[in-house]
Amino acid sequence: MEETITTALESQEYFINMGPQHPSTHGVLRLVLSLDGEIIRKVEPHIGYIHRSIEKMCEHDSYQQIVHLTDRMDYLSCHINNEAVCLAVEMGLQVEIPERVKVIRTIIGELTRLSSHQLWWGVMGMDLGAITTFLYGFRDRELITDIFEETCGARLTMNYNVPGGLMFDIHPNFQKRTKDFVTYFKKKLPEYDDLLSNNVIFRERTIGIGKLSKEDAISFGVTGPTGRASGFSCDVRKHYPYSAYDRVQFKEILRTEGDCFARYQCRIAEMWESLSIIEQLIDNIPEGPFKAPTKAVIKLPKGEWYQKVETARGEFGVYIISEGQKSPYRLKFRSPGFSNLSALDHMARGCKIADLVAIMSTIDLVIPDIDR
Amino acid sequence: MNNEALKEFILQRVPEAEISQGAQFLQAVVLSEKAHSLLSELKSNPQTSFDYLFCLTGVDWPQHMEVIYHLKSTTHNHMVVIKSKINTREYPQTDTVSDIWRTAEFHEREVFDLYGIVFKNHPDLRRLLLTDDWVGYPMRKDYVDKVNMIEY
Repeated sequence: MEETITTALESQEYFINMGPQHPSTHGVLRLVLSLDGEIIRKVEPHIGYIHRSIEKMCEHDSYQQIVHLTDRMDYLSCHINNEAVCLAVEMGLQVEIPERVKVIRTIIGELTRLSSHQLWWGVMGMDLGAITTFLYGFRDRELITDIFEETCGARLTMNYNVPGGLMFDIHPNFQKRTKDFVTYFKKKLPEYDDLLSNNVIFRERTIGIGKLSKEDAISFGVTGPTGRASGFSCDVRKHYPYSAYDRVQFKEILRTEGDCFARYQCRIAEMWESLSIIEQLIDNIPEGPFKAPTKAVIKLPKGEWYQKVETARGEFGVYIISEGQKSPYRLKFRSPGFSNLSALDHMARGCKIADLVAIMSTIDLVIPDIDR
Repeated sequence: MNNEALKEFILQRVPEAEISQGAQFLQAVVLSEKAHSLLSELKSNPQTSFDYLFCLTGVDWPQHMEVIYHLKSTTHNHMVVIKSKINTREYPQTDTVSDIWRTAEFHEREVFDLYGIVFKNHPDLRRLLLTDDWVGYPMRKDYVDKVNMIEY
């Protein structure tokens, strides 16, 4: 009799599917959770639902065309992705880029980072049950999107960088609107802290959840704010400055806790740094051409180039192998989301399902970036 | 370690390695049989301690396959590129490095998925981006898909 009761009450591992259509996966990502009660024993990500084979397409495209594919990957850091390809091609061509271009690229890049972090902040609040943050985040992001729309005509998949420089010069209103935005957002950012950072429920759900040690972060190749929250100093802007990052003052935000709350604080602090970078540059845009002269058909010489940049999610790498043709022989995108996702299983083991939502929010996954 | 010292270090372990100075990094081409022991040594030796594998790429060349490892040391801040050459396109095999760097687990699955390179001793080698019943390896240069690909 006793034996039957023990067998009946014995816990049994079972599996559930989270996604591919799930609000907290922010896209088509399927996670197979193996559970013991509510405790997660294993998370197995199934990706590729929106794999578009961008790398294969690149092998047939010209370098100018490749730029337009990259903003379809991490659509929240589109300008920075475009910049990465442009920098790689410029490195191969060995063209000198006008100073004006470097400064504008940096400002646009930081605005992109801000808008991405604003969206992340809003969505993170919503994932944890606070609808207000979503509206606040989108309200402020709208102002940046308007600036982008005026600059390059698009609101989502923006194309502004081309190999050699920019597609066209900045709009006459650009400096004024950007300065207005910085003044406005400096007042709003403390509100973000009031709403979420000091919220008791929010702190309970993030502090000590989903820990990732520094060694694991390095081993898994986790970069960006996610890696820096674990103490992995990996800011490409600091270590390998590109564009105009060598002439601005900013801090690399590092924390040691490695939990969800540290990742959250990292991004909030990064927003202040981005604002400061924009302030330093916006009044000092040098005069000059907005594009270096390049040929209509770009042919890179035989060789290979690796360019890394810091997107809102981490280290984005473009690796071009050229055989001297007008399209690359092989082009690899090292996307930050892909490596960050690989650490999800490690972070989530032993947590509850609700914690997994918090962890995924703080890794800040963008699925097209992972699937490519 | 500077590039000269790194070159010495690699040549001591694999004397037949072809070492060249690329546009940015020091590159070493080794045969796939020697790659795992060299990479393992590069990670564990305190002089080099390449603890950060930031990119893993598969390449399909006309005669052979190649797996390219971009390595960085977070303590010494030096970088190196190791290219593991697999001398066949028929049934390419090489040892996994997922026991050295955990990030390789995902990257190697992607390379297996798109190039068909089998990584021996990989804990979970399945297709990653494509469906399990997919036929062929799409990133190979000779892959044909009459419906979705345009002939150039």
